[in-house]
Amino acid sequence: MSDLNIIFCRDCLVVQPAPARRCARCGSPRLLQHPELAQLSIAHIDCDAFYASVEKRDRPELSDKPVIIGGGKRGVVSTACYIARISGVRSAMPMFKALELCPEAVVIKPDMAKYAAIGRMIRERMRALTPLVEPLSIDEAFLDLTGTERLHRMPPALILARFARSIEQELGLSVSVGLSHNKFLAKMASDLQKPRGFSVIGRAETLSFLAALPIKAIWGVGAALDRQLAHDGLRTIGQLQGMREEDLMRRYGTMGQRLSRLSRGVDERRVTPDRPTKSISSETTFDRDISGPEDLVPILRGLSEKVARRLKATDLAASEVTLKLKGADFQTRTRNRRLAAPTRLADRIFHAGHALLLKELDGTPFRLIGIGCSVFSPAATADPDDLVDPSFARRAKAEAALDQLRERFGLQSVETGITFRRGRAATTSEKQNGKSESFPYDGEKS
Amino acid sequence: MRIIIERSNLLKSLSRVHRVVERRNTIPILSNVLLKTEEGALGLKATDLDLEITESVAAEAEQDGATTVPAHLLYDIVRKLAEGAEVRLATTPEGNQLTITAGRSNFRLQCLPEADFPDITAGTFSHSFTIQAADFARLVERTQFAISTEETRYYLNGIFLHTIETDGALKLRAVATDGHRLARAEVTAPVGSEGMPGIIVPRKTVGELQKLLGDDAEAEVKVELSDAKIRFAIGSVVLTSKLIDGTFPDYQRVIPAGNDKQLTLDRAVFSSAVDRVSTISSERGRAVKLSLGNGQMVLTVNSPDAGTATEEIPVGYESDDLEIGFNARYLLDITGQLSGEESVFMLADPGSPTLIRDGSDDSTLYVLMPMRV
Repeated sequence: MSDLNIIFCRDCLVVQPAPARRCARCGSPRLLQHPELAQLSIAHIDCDAFYASVEKRDRPELSDKPVIIGGGKRGVVSTACYIARISGVRSAMPMFKALELCPEAVVIKPDMAKYAAIGRMIRERMRALTPLVEPLSIDEAFLDLTGTERLHRMPPALILARFARSIEQELGLSVSVGLSHNKFLAKMASDLQKPRGFSVIGRAETLSFLAALPIKAIWGVGAALDRQLAHDGLRTIGQLQGMREEDLMRRYGTMGQRLSRLSRGVDERRVTPDRPTKSISSETTFDRDISGPEDLVPILRGLSEKVARRLKATDLAASEVTLKLKGADFQTRTRNRRLAAPTRLADRIFHAGHALLLKELDGTPFRLIGIGCSVFSPAATADPDDLVDPSFARRAKAEAALDQLRERFGLQSVETGITFRRGRAATTSEKQNGKSESFPYDGEKS
Repeated sequence: MRIIIERSNLLKSLSRVHRVVERRNTIPILSNVLLKTEEGALGLKATDLDLEITESVAAEAEQDGATTVPAHLLYDIVRKLAEGAEVRLATTPEGNQLTITAGRSNFRLQCLPEADFPDITAGTFSHSFTIQAADFARLVERTQFAISTEETRYYLNGIFLHTIETDGALKLRAVATDGHRLARAEVTAPVGSEGMPGIIVPRKTVGELQKLLGDDAEAEVKVELSDAKIRFAIGSVVLTSKLIDGTFPDYQRVIPAGNDKQLTLDRAVFSSAVDRVSTISSERGRAVKLSLGNGQMVLTVNSPDAGTATEEIPVGYESDDLEIGFNARYLLDITGQLSGEESVFMLADPGSPTLIRDGSDDSTLYVLMPMRV
């Protein structure tokens, strides 16, 4: 690696001759200095208030207004811009509560297609830096820049600063960067200084940095485990650092091992570029609770079409369909069904979901419905002809025809009778799920 | 009730009866087996409300009576008693417990009253016939693997049993399909089966029946049926089952008549070749490609992860060159059920169903949907 103790300006990217408060060339105060700057190469990059920033970029008149992305009275906030956050609005907050806190907020329905397209552009730019890009969601990813210094003729820290600057200048969006020696710490670092942040956690300060944080800050520690830990008198990561791994394992099983290692900043997971898709799903929350098939079925059909559309964009076929319902009492039910053969068709996803749905309808009012598919195999195995059901091939052809029409004339150009004037009306907030593994993507996290 | 029975006899009966009882039940009585004294015998009965099995086994009744106890528990207890032991079953005076005594072992089980035990056998049967267990076993074995497990198409979740006249003779025919493959087997229709309704026997019943038929191939099976129920009596065991209430699709339409490309091959050589080449792909439902031409078949399996496998075998094939793909698992299922040395494939094109049968025996035939390769 090059000079051990580099200092550079995040605005003009000039390396500074000596420690200073402002850049010797452009006068910017955004200098980055850290003793290990030239040795760290695992990064986490996260767009700042992604959906809201995209909308503000496209509608400059909103730039000084609080903007919330989400939908309906009953929906949840998927992203709040930084102005709205001043009033206390947060992601995943019910919309009515957000509007109580910030009544003057401009609420915009999410335009997932637009965000996905921009997300893909950003990801392509990341891939130009290193092939080791592991996307976590539409707007964030891990990058492993180890060994790229010769190629780029600059250390990873500078590459990342240049990347952040180019996204800002060319796409009009800001990102925050975390740089460290593993994924766990890189992700923590990117959260430290948002927006437009660039934080570094070096090996030397790993232990002391973590020690003061609450255990909740470790990913995978949810409310239940946090309560259990608190009950056992454990609140800060520093307390975990003082305990033996075996003792933690005895008490908390494999989670104990993880707690022990992560508390000391040990995370050996690699940055893996193509983590396979595990499931594709879509769900929606209603404006008011509904319980009857006449309302639920059209919505389910619309969601099935959306899932199939995303499935068809991959080279996969799904063998299992999962229905999700959330009651007015917030009790969640999930039901799944194995299909006779892998599918890529909305029709088959809908039919399986429909059969599952009918069994659940007992007058219970529901606030949310979702459908997803999983257990993937190659697209070539999808939807074989059926010996005894000739309508099968006909329906597949009909769906292919619908797809062609939509491709030429747009999504709204053609609809089935089931969803006509109903499938979209009742839906308010939507959530899509691409890769669900350790970091479920729910809306946008920032 | 007080009864003395040999452990091995009780175990044998329980092993057949307890299988019908579901492991998890919301209705407690359905977890139980009904025990009832008969003349010089103990009668056992279990049900899941769709299927009922009764059996009677030689025993010495000291006092008549009946009760019900948890079936799996009783089976596990009897299984662990010493071999050759004499088992005494007796209800307590209050009738709410059953004591099981064998040697120095003593158990007390909670009972539920006999009166609560459901009876699904009410109703009359319209048809009745007797058939050799071996014949019936053949019908079942050769078709049951094709039964669909897809809940949405519940009418495919069983074997379609019906009579049909072909070439002037009446046959009893069994058909099963899951949409990917279809299996059809037939035997000469036994006296009494003529005019019977076409019925769908559920998969669980087929499974139990298969085990009972396997016990004694020489035996005869008495079959009684109506359009809602079927009853099989084999020796001391009686199996009564509800039928699937649905319409089996018109399978005749599915059996290709115009396939003109004939392929004959050595069944053993072919199936071991399929088995070998499919090793390369662990994935379920991987296609094996058959390339036919010039008296040769080349079998190919491609796995994007692992690599490729090919094997060439000599076959009887004189039509135009053809490439067609099949699910390797399905091919093995079918060749496993054919019995002759030679198998015949009737092919049309890579997208159309293929007919497969024995070279010498036309009582069984299979239809297999190809896969895209």
